[in-house]
Amino acid sequence: MVDTPAGGAWKGRLMLGLMLAPAVLWLFALIVLPHVDLALLSFRERLAPRQYGASLAQYRTFFGEPLYWHVFVRTAVMSAIATALTLLFAFPVAWTIAKLTRGRTSALLFVVCLIPFWVSETVRTLGWMILLRESGVLPQLLAHLGVTDVPVELLYHDATILVGLVYTSLLFMVVPLVNSFESLDNSLIEAAYDLGGNAGSILREIVIPHATPGITAGCIVVFMLTLGNYLTPNLLGGKNSQWFTEQIYTQFITRFNWEQGAAFGFLLLALSTAMVWVGLKASGQRFGDVMRRA
Amino acid sequence: MSAAAPEAAAPDLEVRSVVKRFTDHVAVDALSFSVRRGSFFSILGPSGCGKTTLLRMIAGFIQPDDGDIVIGGRSMSGVAPNRRPVNMVFQQLALFPMMSVGENVAFGLARRGVARAERLRRAEAMLERVSLSGAGHKRVDELSGGQRQRVAIARSLVLEPTLLLLDEPLGALDLKLREHMKIELKQLQAAFGTTFVYITHDQSEALVLSDHVAVMNRGRFEQVGTPQELYYAPATAFVAGFVGANNRIAGTVTAVDGPIAELVTGDGWSIRARCSRPLATGAAVEAFVRPEVAMLARVAGELPAGQTVHVGIVESLLFDGANSAVLLRERQSRFEFRIALPQTGRFADLKVAEQIFFSFDPERAVCFAAAGDHG
Amino acid sequence: MKIGRLLLLMLGLTLGGASQADDAKKLRIITWSDYVPAEVAAQFKAETGIQVELTLSNNEEMISKLRATGGAGFDLAQPSQDRIAGAQQEFRIYKPIDLGKVKLEQFVPELIDIVKKNASIDGKLYALPYVWGAEGLVVNSKKAKIADYGDLCKPEFKGKTAVRLKRPTLMAFALASGKDPFALYGDIKGYTALMEEVGRTLSTCKANFRFFYDNKDQLLNGVRSGEIVAAMMWDSGAWRLNRENPDIRFINPKSGAIAWMDTYVLPARGKNDAAAYAWINFTMRPDIAAKIAKAVGNFSASKGAEQLMEPRLKEQFKESFPDGFRNVKWYPAIPAGLEEIEGRILDRIKAAN
Repeated sequence: MVDTPAGGAWKGRLMLGLMLAPAVLWLFALIVLPHVDLALLSFRERLAPRQYGASLAQYRTFFGEPLYWHVFVRTAVMSAIATALTLLFAFPVAWTIAKLTRGRTSALLFVVCLIPFWVSETVRTLGWMILLRESGVLPQLLAHLGVTDVPVELLYHDATILVGLVYTSLLFMVVPLVNSFESLDNSLIEAAYDLGGNAGSILREIVIPHATPGITAGCIVVFMLTLGNYLTPNLLGGKNSQWFTEQIYTQFITRFNWEQGAAFGFLLLALSTAMVWVGLKASGQRFGDVMRRA
Repeated sequence: MSAAAPEAAAPDLEVRSVVKRFTDHVAVDALSFSVRRGSFFSILGPSGCGKTTLLRMIAGFIQPDDGDIVIGGRSMSGVAPNRRPVNMVFQQLALFPMMSVGENVAFGLARRGVARAERLRRAEAMLERVSLSGAGHKRVDELSGGQRQRVAIARSLVLEPTLLLLDEPLGALDLKLREHMKIELKQLQAAFGTTFVYITHDQSEALVLSDHVAVMNRGRFEQVGTPQELYYAPATAFVAGFVGANNRIAGTVTAVDGPIAELVTGDGWSIRARCSRPLATGAAVEAFVRPEVAMLARVAGELPAGQTVHVGIVESLLFDGANSAVLLRERQSRFEFRIALPQTGRFADLKVAEQIFFSFDPERAVCFAAAGDHG
Repeated sequence: MKIGRLLLLMLGLTLGGASQADDAKKLRIITWSDYVPAEVAAQFKAETGIQVELTLSNNEEMISKLRATGGAGFDLAQPSQDRIAGAQQEFRIYKPIDLGKVKLEQFVPELIDIVKKNASIDGKLYALPYVWGAEGLVVNSKKAKIADYGDLCKPEFKGKTAVRLKRPTLMAFALASGKDPFALYGDIKGYTALMEEVGRTLSTCKANFRFFYDNKDQLLNGVRSGEIVAAMMWDSGAWRLNRENPDIRFINPKSGAIAWMDTYVLPARGKNDAAAYAWINFTMRPDIAAKIAKAVGNFSASKGAEQLMEPRLKEQFKESFPDGFRNVKWYPAIPAGLEEIEGRILDRIKAAN
């Protein structure tokens, strides 16, 4: 018996369905359902022990309490700054890997970028703490060299948080940038140079337009990672970190206030979605194209 | 430099003893030449002969180790590519995909600080001259291969360079378009009057397009001359072998009669050829006979009197319209020899294994001392 | 909702590293660090064949994890006595203690009275005492002189002190202001006003805190390195530092140390109650309790353990509490809802500049 074409197509679809099933189930069970659950949680309020009612109280609390607002905006702004700094640092690194070196040197540079990820984020961050604390290596060195009179505390500043975030995010920016730069034909740069371009105009007119999808992809990934980071701002920022994820953790774990935590979680999700949307619009990119480059 | 008054035919490009060494070899070996203003100059050579290195030194992407390059009377040593009065058409054209056609053409003008309105006007005028008027707003990938070629040239010529360098720009095109673009390039050069320096490994491109051709091999020029000179009077065995199709016959001189020498191949076939230098009996030589120089005849008496008559067996027929040829083997030595079929169609009925007579004028067969490894 | 719970349960299991196997020979305990010395667990295994599986945690995390799973995942937990009744009323995460299975005669009776008062609901007892101690001040006497909680805010200690950003700190500073927060537990309005006042005090004082510590080691290292000269701390940690460096002392503040007591509770869906009771009776045996007290550095709720206590610890106690336990306050049970008020205040302190 020979399969009819229609039968073949049907089988093909069934196979495709079966192959996709685990991924779809996974997405549904681990992403969609918990979010639905959290959404429901965020729209209720505790009335009495074990008694809850539908309410917008959690969102009202957020908008009514300047403290939460402040932390929210601060997290967004700091994340944006961290993303911009990461781009600034990753750009020359990626350029070196993609264009100025080849073979072993290029691979070696890539590994150097990867090394921080061989240890867990906790260890990495604790490493920074050992370096930067008042009795740590760097302040002692600075005092020893006479840069500062006494060892100064380098931890618990906004700049420290940014250093940690940039360090943690660098690889996620370097990879899409390297991909972008590698696909840039060297003769385009030579042609632009030949036609009278200089470093600035070539960067502006050729390199950046070509790398825009990669830059956008890197920025989106880094921004999301930074916004959702908990450990680095918490440990390096100490008492002044004021990261929004800490608020969520605190509400869930320390305050047992799941409703407030869920509302905060949704607000953070909305923020990250909005920022990604703005980023895509500003760079004139489409999400699908960008994610293929990431 | 002294302020010598520029002559009318002052060269646009002068290359003076330029040397470029790479770690394992010398890419350009003390090369000197000059290119006359307004001419179309080609550098022809096999891949790896150093022609690309030479071109990139003229463009400024590579610094020569020694010697000087003078363009429009000005030494280029220490002048960056973006400051040279030279523009280049790249092998893959290197049009900017992130820009429209018009922006591509206006790119160089923008770098020179030409105001936006003015550069758009000039870009459009340039596009019109290369028969692409109205294409300014199009994306680069909407153009055909030939149109892109013209944009690449327009993008350079709009800057009115002293010299336009072209790095095998036809290499990526298919055969038919390549033939067409050859003619177009020649017409463009004639119309603009800009000096073109063109590098290629395709001898047909070089011969069709150029006023002068330099044949390059191992970092040196073997010969510089008009296409006709190269074809009919090759100066070296390399040129004879590289330019145009040729029968190459290696042998030993057995007799010398003024410029004409008689030589015999290892398999004992004896021919006569004109040697470039007087050679002694016993010298190892290479002779070249162009396929169209030899004549065919079914009867030996029909061949021109005074020419040695050879006998060949037809091995195969190579039909290619006007370029058709017959491949035969000399009867005794089994030496393979190619002869162009006359356009008259007289020998269209030749059969494989048929026996046929042929001869050639020794004055038009050239011979050189065999290329040893000393050259 | 159920799926969400399930996922949080999975998260809890991952974080806690608890085993999925409900072996009758396995006892899963969620507790504080140092509370179960390896030596004691080994002896328990030798005597009963039951393997102890440990998850280290703190009050909030214990409650949160049990809340996420509805009281499953562990067979025994050890929250503080004041955190039991409120959490039980709100989340139903514990089950009552069956006193018939416990050798009550092993416990110090006064401590049983405290849990009866603070951790009973509807006449059912939900907790038994385990260890107790007091939270006061640790001070490096070479580098600072302090007498009360409020002294941490003296200008000369800028950037050199530390507290936890948690409720005990609020209580301590409330006491230091001369008011009794525990008396206001039933008066939401009064309590809120007091907390707001404490919040302002601590916000003003923030520059003095090098960090808000959230684990013991962070504070221990800070004090050891000299970066911290004075801090709020519980007795055992301070006494440990005192053994390393006699200059570092634990003092009973003028407004009073706050006594805490950690307990045994049975999670609502614990699977091995028999093992849990066996463990409770085993660890209250004077010889075992003394070993635990030595490891923790605090006092055991076991009646017979005191005689076996390390002399050094007794000395340290005498030095820190010359008047005995007269100036020590016990935490009453926290009514549900209070922690939300405190939470808002803690957030404000955190955000203050």
